[in-house]
Amino acid sequence: MPDTLLFAIEVTLNGLMAGVLYALVALGFVLIFKASGVFNYAQGVMALFAALTLVGIMEGQVPFGHLLNVIFGTELTTFGWTLPSVVGILLTMGVMVVLAILIEKLILKHLVNQPDIILFMATIGLAYFMEGFGDLMWGSDIKKLDVGLPQGISDVIDTTTFGWFGYGFFIDKLDITATVVAALLVTVLVLFSQYTKQGRAMRAVADDHQAALSVGISLRFIWVLVWSIAGFVALVAGIMWGAKSGVQFSLSLIALKALPVLMLGGFTSIPGAIVGGLIIGVGEKLFEFFIGPMVGGATENWFAYVLALLFLVFRPQGLFGERIIERV
Amino acid sequence: MNDTAVTTTPDGRTIGGVLMEMKHITLRFGGVEAIKDISFDIREGEIRAIIGPNGAGKSSMLNIISGFYVPQEGEVWFRGVKRPPMKPFQVAKLGIARTFQNIALFDGMSVLDNVMTGRLTHMSSGLFGQALWWGHAQAEEVENRAKVERIIDFLEIQNIRKTPVARLPYGLKKRVELARALAAEPSLLLLDEPMAGMNVEEKEDMSRFILDVNDEFGTTIALIEHDMGVVMDISDRVVVMDYGKKIGDGTPDEVRANQDVIDAYLGVAHD
Repeated sequence: MPDTLLFAIEVTLNGLMAGVLYALVALGFVLIFKASGVFNYAQGVMALFAALTLVGIMEGQVPFGHLLNVIFGTELTTFGWTLPSVVGILLTMGVMVVLAILIEKLILKHLVNQPDIILFMATIGLAYFMEGFGDLMWGSDIKKLDVGLPQGISDVIDTTTFGWFGYGFFIDKLDITATVVAALLVTVLVLFSQYTKQGRAMRAVADDHQAALSVGISLRFIWVLVWSIAGFVALVAGIMWGAKSGVQFSLSLIALKALPVLMLGGFTSIPGAIVGGLIIGVGEKLFEFFIGPMVGGATENWFAYVLALLFLVFRPQGLFGERIIERV
Repeated sequence: MNDTAVTTTPDGRTIGGVLMEMKHITLRFGGVEAIKDISFDIREGEIRAIIGPNGAGKSSMLNIISGFYVPQEGEVWFRGVKRPPMKPFQVAKLGIARTFQNIALFDGMSVLDNVMTGRLTHMSSGLFGQALWWGHAQAEEVENRAKVERIIDFLEIQNIRKTPVARLPYGLKKRVELARALAAEPSLLLLDEPMAGMNVEEKEDMSRFILDVNDEFGTTIALIEHDMGVVMDISDRVVVMDYGKKIGDGTPDEVRANQDVIDAYLGVAHD
């Protein structure tokens, strides 16, 4: 096989893996959008916040350390412990649940029956608040996140493919892990929403608030539940992105990449988020590979948005979104 | 009749003591009095209708019973106990189920899933049991599914069990909504205009189902209806409202003979 073709295949594979990471973020958006009709602009920041908290807890960093030091003239930096990643992840999940409860109590509760755009604006506010809050709590330096996931180029794949084609594929073990984790996560989420009573209640709330109330569903409980699950997905996404490129504030910008993913896949579809993520991931890598050199490169920055724009023109509901039917 | 007297209807059903009592209910929206000092009771096992012209306050009354509105004055007594102000989902947990005038179903879900949501108040397994599908979560799902299937059979909607409700015609949607309310095995079933917008045949079907539900499960039913003919045929007792006031209360025959009711429905000459 010619080398260019093999190289293109390798690029495609890498694109798929990158797409999985986009899909992970997009998934969080879809969950909240489906269950409450709110487009949660803060989803990316939640991933960042989760990753920051995880690193902070595992390394025993004192929250608000810098602030406390400035005010009280202390020299607090760490508690001096290093926790195993499992404990760290569980504690961080606890923090995300508390966050969900606070969001419901401080924001959502007061905005019941408001138009969706108001709730959307509220989440923009939440995003900026959490970004600043995360900074204040854990500091703004780039942190290394190591939860013990396999990392680095997989030698097995490299040597096997070299044996087959005379060309070794470079594939990051972390990307493979991310793919497996994403597949598991989606399976669990779909099973949960289809086959459990809380899942059914979640879908019921998404459909009709009044009817949901009339069958005995507490809206507030469901909202806390949905935001907790979104927090969990954010945590998973935060771990993956953090392990790949370090925990840094630009992480919140990947949330923007989730937008074209959602326009492609449809805002209401979990499979859509996955497929959309994969298409964007592969698309931008291949585009960069084939067309990039002709236009001076750096196409990855805009390719996804142009693709999304084209979709908006021809299929506004996305690939898997519910069809927009207007009855006259 | 006193509060605990048990009576038997001409067709052999048993009507028990007072299940729910509304005492001096007044409801205002801003300066408008939607309901003015109304009292009535609902007895166990009966079909109780609330009728009246448009804007009489019937739906508001139903919304008070189901917790969607909280009256400014008056008390709601349920099973001999004064009910504190409650959220609708808490009322549902007490065993009061309802349908809506403008059908409120979960459009994205199948008929079966819609009816299953009616069982939520009966499912006790916790979040983690459900999430991991362990312990009695599975047994519970199976048991509830069986009950739901019985109701689906009863209302003759087996052939559309897997259909998303958004695709169903109006009459069937109304029936699915009834099925969902019934799935809760309510001690009090509230029906908000169950026959609104139906043709004669659909109305007859619905009347038959309402009578069958009452007969078969002994469910107490309170319903609101426009169609005088249907109401008089199926209810045991009727409350008549007009402009937020109660103008009549009694058996269909008594109500039919009531001059105020006749005036409200046919109009009255002002001299």
